Amino acid sequence: MLTFLVRRLFLVIPTFVGVTLLAFALIHLIPGDPIDLIAGERVVSAERRVQLEAKFGLDKPLHQQYLIYMGHMLQGDLGDSIVARRPVVHEFFARFPATVELSVIAIFLAVIVGLPAGILAGVKRKSAFDHSVMAVSLTGYSMPIFWWALLLILLFSVNLGWTPVSGRIDVKFFFDRVTGFMLIDSLLSGQEGAFKSTVRHLILPSIVLATIPLAVIARMTRSSMVEVLTDDYIRTARAKGLSRLRIIDIHALRNALIPVVTVIGLQVSVALGGAILTETIFAWPGIGKWIIDSISRRDYPVIQGGVLMIAATVIVVNLLVDLLYGVINPRISHA
Amino acid sequence: MKNAKLCILTSLAVAVTAGMAALPTSSAAAKTLVYCSEANPEGFNPSLFTAGTTFDASSRQIYNRLVEFDRGTTNIVPALADSWEVSNNGTTYTFNLRSGIKWQSNDRFTPSRDFNADDIIFSFDRQRVDSHPFFNVSGGTYEYFQGMDMPSLIESVEKIDDLTVRFNLTRPEAPFIANLAMDFASIMSSEYADQMLAAGTPEIIDQEPIGTGPFRLVDFQPDAVIRYAAHEDYFRGKAPIDDLIFSITPDSSVRFAKLQAGECDVMPFPNPADLDAMRADPNINLLEAEGLNTGYLAFNTERAPFTDVRVRQALSMAINKQAIIDAVFQGSGVIAKNPIPPTIWSYNDAVEDYAFDPDAARALLAEAGFADGFSTNVWAMPVQRPYNPNAARMAELIQADWADVGVTAEIVSFEWGEYLRRSKDGEHDTVLLGWTGDNGDPDNFLAVLLGCSAAQDGTNRARWCHQPFEDLIQAAKRTADVAERTSLYEQAQVISKEEAPWVTIAHSRVFEPISSRVSDFRIDPFGGHVFYGVDIQE
Repeated sequence: MLTFLVRRLFLVIPTFVGVTLLAFALIHLIPGDPIDLIAGERVVSAERRVQLEAKFGLDKPLHQQYLIYMGHMLQGDLGDSIVARRPVVHEFFARFPATVELSVIAIFLAVIVGLPAGILAGVKRKSAFDHSVMAVSLTGYSMPIFWWALLLILLFSVNLGWTPVSGRIDVKFFFDRVTGFMLIDSLLSGQEGAFKSTVRHLILPSIVLATIPLAVIARMTRSSMVEVLTDDYIRTARAKGLSRLRIIDIHALRNALIPVVTVIGLQVSVALGGAILTETIFAWPGIGKWIIDSISRRDYPVIQGGVLMIAATVIVVNLLVDLLYGVINPRISHA
Repeated sequence: MKNAKLCILTSLAVAVTAGMAALPTSSAAAKTLVYCSEANPEGFNPSLFTAGTTFDASSRQIYNRLVEFDRGTTNIVPALADSWEVSNNGTTYTFNLRSGIKWQSNDRFTPSRDFNADDIIFSFDRQRVDSHPFFNVSGGTYEYFQGMDMPSLIESVEKIDDLTVRFNLTRPEAPFIANLAMDFASIMSSEYADQMLAAGTPEIIDQEPIGTGPFRLVDFQPDAVIRYAAHEDYFRGKAPIDDLIFSITPDSSVRFAKLQAGECDVMPFPNPADLDAMRADPNINLLEAEGLNTGYLAFNTERAPFTDVRVRQALSMAINKQAIIDAVFQGSGVIAKNPIPPTIWSYNDAVEDYAFDPDAARALLAEAGFADGFSTNVWAMPVQRPYNPNAARMAELIQADWADVGVTAEIVSFEWGEYLRRSKDGEHDTVLLGWTGDNGDPDNFLAVLLGCSAAQDGTNRARWCHQPFEDLIQAAKRTADVAERTSLYEQAQVISKEEAPWVTIAHSRVFEPISSRVSDFRIDPFGGHVFYGVDIQE
């Protein structure tokens, strides 16, 4: 296990270098630069442009800019945002908890609904339930998120008044942010109604964000179950006279879960990378929207730093998924 | 184990109780107004940035300037300065400052003195003098100060006494007073700056602002919420509301949903398609006003055939502007006949626009030697702007109108930054763009967009340098006499119509949906949002 971990951690180094190089190259391939956008319809004179390029370090050749960036990065400095003029790390951690909170809740929702639905559909293959699950999950998978979110807002927030339209908590609540996770901070605040307001604010965005992962998990679980249930060892188990529940629970499910865990891991990675549409519609102050805004403003340090931090998150999640394989199926050894 | 559990529970209980005790108790009677703003501010120092969103969050609530625009108008009124005198040669401006103006305070800073001349010197020298200790703090990009040519205009800022300050200019510049009312000229506390510099954290003054304005910043959560509380000692009197909250909501449909659900009281930039529903909602008042903007199509007058005034006139006649107003602005705009909007003084209503007349256009093109037409391009902006909500659609309409007189136009677009840079460099034949006024002075449109120096630096996208026009606008800069300036600008507008460097297309209307509980909200002609003076029914 330890050797596995060390080997994986060594593999992280080239991955990181690759990510920084790719992010750096791609953002410099996009036409335009932050200086054009600072002035808008107004114009930056040629003389002023030279000054600003020097100020933002854009006057050096690209490879030098990259080496300088990497040098700073190795010292833990991801630079300052050109727009906000504050350290990228500070800006990232101001938003990351919001993304984590929403992602965790959404994936949890997707798993607790998608997994049983997929298992049942797989077990009761070709039944009405199976067809319904497949139809609903296909719809969920193909649903334009923007439209789906607005539909939910109009129905539940505007017409029925059951849930708030957007944000993380009712603006009337105001307390110190201890962890950045609103569910925890609202509890710690002790303010009456703060926690309830946080939960209510989480409902619609987490449903919207859970929609696609839920559909994917349900479909993946179903097909995996169907495949496993036709295997010889399941037939043998049946022949031995084991109960149906025991066959599914002990023999089929564990094996069927391996690809499902991979899919869940991927969905977690995607969600942690920032759910751009969901965050924009629900005015959710997470990192997806932050990075998109930074791309449109050519805020190079934020894009580079943000991508790097997201890559780190994805690597950690993937590592956890790999470790989880061994827990689910002891035959997969990391030794 | 049992003890450990008990310990954790006790610690949690203590934390919760401590948390409760540390919280400010909100008074039930406090009047709170929630504004669903459209984006995250870049920061809280308006001199460092150029976005209206940032000005809304900073200069317009937290700070004051020497002079200001009267709320809802472009009229200049005294603010931190009580009065001012201009020397006969127009190069010296002496400001008499108000006494007894209080600075706000926060956890880090409690002012020991009232506002005085040192604060003015600090606020301007920081942007002007490159050896100033704050010049490079927070990135040190003062693009508005630069863009308004202030570094070459201001020779020095002198303190005469605590309540008198003098600006020495290198040349007479009539729009100078209007420039001082702009957001970048907001006045910051030099005492706060000194303290933060001494503490080794100078950038704090740009992040945790201290101003003299009607609201003080209480809390900022990026991309989520900005909280302000009324400044109790504000020199014009405390604001009618106690708390002001910006709930950052980027999507306009969601802002509307929040307004309907009562989650916000004022929202900017409504979607044109939602306007009818807003008018029909009894809980919403839809305010509207004429915007201080002009959307135009600029001919590159350095490129043939647009070097020929007849071609420019013919193509102006060939465009059906009313169809553009109907299709692109959906009624929320008016036809523009001058480069400046009608809300700006010196607007020349006597100017006659080119009537839509394809036959006359064809005849004029034939006279210019283009009886069979020619090929050209129309650049369409990739972004939505108040002066042009849909440039692609506008370009299509223009393309069709010109095709009708034999001119084939290809529609071209680029990413926004690229679009701005390439059009600045004059790579276009014709380009769609526009302008929203900064200070309500005609110079801010006519010189900035059509003057000869602007043709060199690129803001003049027509690259049109016409001496008779230039002489008029330069003469208008040199005199402070408003009647004389008005006459000069009126003549300049006649010339710009005759010479047709632009097809002036539209001035848009600005809409501001507010809750029916909100009173005395006034639409700002500059597109800003000022909440001092606004009240809300509980």
